[in-house]
Amino acid sequence: MTWEVVIGIETHVELRTESKMFCGCPVGFGAEPNTAVCPVCLGLPGALPVPNEKAIEWTMRLGLALDCDVTQQSLFHRKNYFYADMPKNYQISQFDFPLCVGGHLDVTTSDGDRRIGITRVHLEEDTGKSTHLGEGGRIGSSGGALVDFNRAGIPLMEVVSEPDIRTPEEARVYAQELRAVVLALGVSDARLEEGSMRFDANISLRSEGATELGVKVEVKNMNSLRSLQRALSHEIERQTKILDEGGAIAQETRHWDEEAGRTEAGRSKEEASDYRYFSEPDLVPLVVTDEVVAGLRSELPELPAQTRARFAAAGVDSIAARVLVGGSLGSLFDEAVVAGAAAPEVAKWLTGEVTAHLNREGADPPALSLDGAALAELIAMVEAGDLSSTAAKQVLEGVLTGEGQPRQVAEARDLIQIRDEEALAEAVAAVVAAHPEEMGRIADGDGKLIGFLVGQVMKATGGKADPRRVSELIRESS
Amino acid sequence: MSDPADLTIVEAAAALRSEDLTAVELLAAVRRRAAMTEANIHAYLTIDVEGAEASARAADDAFAGGEDRGPLQGIPIALKDNMVTRGLETTASSQILAGWHPPYDATVVTRLRDAGAVIVGKTNLDEFAMGSSTENSAYGTSRNPWDPERVPGGSSGGSAAAVAVGSALAALGSDTGGSVRQPASLCGVVGMKPTYGLVSRYGLIAFASSLDQIGPITRSVADALAVLQGISGHDPEDATSYRGELPDFGSQIDRGVEGLKIGVVSELSGEGTEPAVAAEFRTMLQRLEGAGAEIKELSLPSTAYALSAYYLIAPAECSANLARFDGVRFGLRLDGGTVEEMMGATRAAGFGPEVIRRILLGTYALSAGYYDAFYGQAQKVRTLVIDDFKQAYEQADVLVTPTSPTTAFKVGERTDDPLAMYLSDLCTIPSNLSGDPGISVPTGVDDAGLPIGFQVLAPALAEPLMFRVAQAVEDLAGFDARPTLASSEGAA
Repeated sequence: MTWEVVIGIETHVELRTESKMFCGCPVGFGAEPNTAVCPVCLGLPGALPVPNEKAIEWTMRLGLALDCDVTQQSLFHRKNYFYADMPKNYQISQFDFPLCVGGHLDVTTSDGDRRIGITRVHLEEDTGKSTHLGEGGRIGSSGGALVDFNRAGIPLMEVVSEPDIRTPEEARVYAQELRAVVLALGVSDARLEEGSMRFDANISLRSEGATELGVKVEVKNMNSLRSLQRALSHEIERQTKILDEGGAIAQETRHWDEEAGRTEAGRSKEEASDYRYFSEPDLVPLVVTDEVVAGLRSELPELPAQTRARFAAAGVDSIAARVLVGGSLGSLFDEAVVAGAAAPEVAKWLTGEVTAHLNREGADPPALSLDGAALAELIAMVEAGDLSSTAAKQVLEGVLTGEGQPRQVAEARDLIQIRDEEALAEAVAAVVAAHPEEMGRIADGDGKLIGFLVGQVMKATGGKADPRRVSELIRESS
Repeated sequence: MSDPADLTIVEAAAALRSEDLTAVELLAAVRRRAAMTEANIHAYLTIDVEGAEASARAADDAFAGGEDRGPLQGIPIALKDNMVTRGLETTASSQILAGWHPPYDATVVTRLRDAGAVIVGKTNLDEFAMGSSTENSAYGTSRNPWDPERVPGGSSGGSAAAVAVGSALAALGSDTGGSVRQPASLCGVVGMKPTYGLVSRYGLIAFASSLDQIGPITRSVADALAVLQGISGHDPEDATSYRGELPDFGSQIDRGVEGLKIGVVSELSGEGTEPAVAAEFRTMLQRLEGAGAEIKELSLPSTAYALSAYYLIAPAECSANLARFDGVRFGLRLDGGTVEEMMGATRAAGFGPEVIRRILLGTYALSAGYYDAFYGQAQKVRTLVIDDFKQAYEQADVLVTPTSPTTAFKVGERTDDPLAMYLSDLCTIPSNLSGDPGISVPTGVDDAGLPIGFQVLAPALAEPLMFRVAQAVEDLAGFDARPTLASSEGAA
């Protein structure tokens, strides 16, 4: 039997607003536990929520970027369940009247272009964070738990896709593209490892051609794009095996174990939960006028698909354009081009050496000590023959480690090529004079030795000679 | 001069300004009254000795320095213990909050302090404001100053008893289904529930958020007006707080009722009303008519379902509001092998039976498969009640009912019969569902000498009209009886 894979993804994005969703506490990482808290986000008796208008606006921006309709009157609801790191033991979320509904996101995979439907984008509040002491990961088996409420109440956007995704690769590309959109809007830092962007996937299998959906499994705890793809591949294998053997899939939540490379069943209790949603009586309905929506729409920045199209038009190949946008290198690219560098050359450097550096360091583009003007300067130096391509890589490394601007680094590291013909001729002459035998064999047609002599000249000049010119001079001398 | 503890706010404010009385003396008088009556009445859970004295001295200093922050400056006021006070124990009469000292003040507390009021202490209530007698308090029942064998009503029973007996000049209560007006009626004082949203709920420990509203309990209509003026107004900390311009609440208070159409709600003044209460009510209607008002009998058909709807909506909201009492961050915590067991044990030990009953009712009413039949249906009834009121106010300027179908009942009389207890709020609940204002004014006593209250209801934001009619009722009634306990001989 051939099985068709059906995947839908729920994405949570923590918004980087200045203050939390329903109180004035600051949003940010790294504060001492339980210092960014107040009566409201601690759920103290008597405290009341007041919605953060910026968070509402940002959620509408994402909705508009995904071509959703913004609901004219939406509601907050209480989602009731007990959990130690949820202060009120209900989460203020949205239920049947979310802020944004019915959009889509276009993605490109190795199989071509796909349009993935977006069911809804809504706004809710994040929970605190529990740390379990003692052995075992579960509360019951541990020696206690500590809760940090700094995260409690941070605005959390939820994007729910239609079950339109068919392969693990498509899931990864969808997630990547959604992340790029979020970054382009500047509403979140969208860090997967730190959990400011999180993906849960619903996956089921059905026989090819069937119209009804199979039993779905919710897969959680995937904190990289790679693990999202791996987890889904594993889950397809697992479910296929069960179905091929005539078994039935249990509807459950499974957690991805990155090290073991498999999903494991979570608590079955979670499936039995009844959230008893009802509209939040501490808040009034959110009314959004057409003017507000029109205003937000007109202020949308360039979205990743548009940026890629623009890069392609500038002569950047589609894979490089994808890497530039996906890696948030677009603005650096634009700066370098504005500073006069050729687009394909800029793309080559950014997708090559610069991306490699970022991957090595695990850093983000905004943290780079390289700006577009510096990159343009480096490219110009290579073109002018001031730097060999090898030396240019060393200069870039110097710039990236904060040694200064390209020319400064090149001078400090003594990497500027010798462009003085006389000096070069002298150096070549000296090597030629010292190797009469080799010169003779070259004259007899043994071209391979030219490389050896070029090497000798490079050695003598401390690598600062232009090897192409040296090679020419040696030929002229033979 | 008579005992300052028996003054109204208006009288005391005048005495403070004529230098016949200091705030420290006034506080001492109120404190003396509390010392004489608390053993019998148990209106207070906490008396803030030091805080109140400091506030009274500050008020006297302000007067001496020529600073006048209005009629509440130097006035001893008590707070129902479901309003949080920074550093002063706040329990909502529940074991689960025993020993909890809040890190912040409720907005009403801040406003009272800013107005120069002296906060005497925290008064007893039915646990989390759930009840009509204060018998559901984890810290003992308050008693009615007119007859300590009887309940003061509830849930703001401690506040009403304190004002009646003179251990405060005024008090704040909270009214979710009548919890200010019903105890005011049973204790022979004035109790007022403002339009929903006029007084901030920030710092009021929520029972049912869409129904809760803080209101004053005082010895006169004019005093209720003074307190409302001190505590009302938009609060950015409460998203449901009214944002528009406030009406001038007292603008019509002296105008009398001539030419006004007063609607009598037939469903709320007939069957189930004690004969003495009904007779007192009819007497006041005649007086109002005599004063030039037109009395019209009206029907609010949906009120037949209002009580049922209320007992679905309020428990549903409370089931979520009280979920935060879990032993994790504050209050009582019992041991448990798992977090779930710890929460369960804490809640089972910390909540009293009525609170548990309502949490269970509300959880059930919101459950999948039952939501439409219970909570959903109740919300529809709520819409009908709102529509009924709208139509009624097209025919009448205000509506009137007895505040409570009965006078104060005996301690223990209704504790085994929750439904009989729930009926205490029959006349007050509809205006919580509609969000409209209402006030109870004492007009007389029954054969046993127990006070009877007369309720005036008005459309949202029509407080000026409500106060106008209430003032007329007070004037026409000429009710000046005081409970026997409210005297220097009392229990001394």
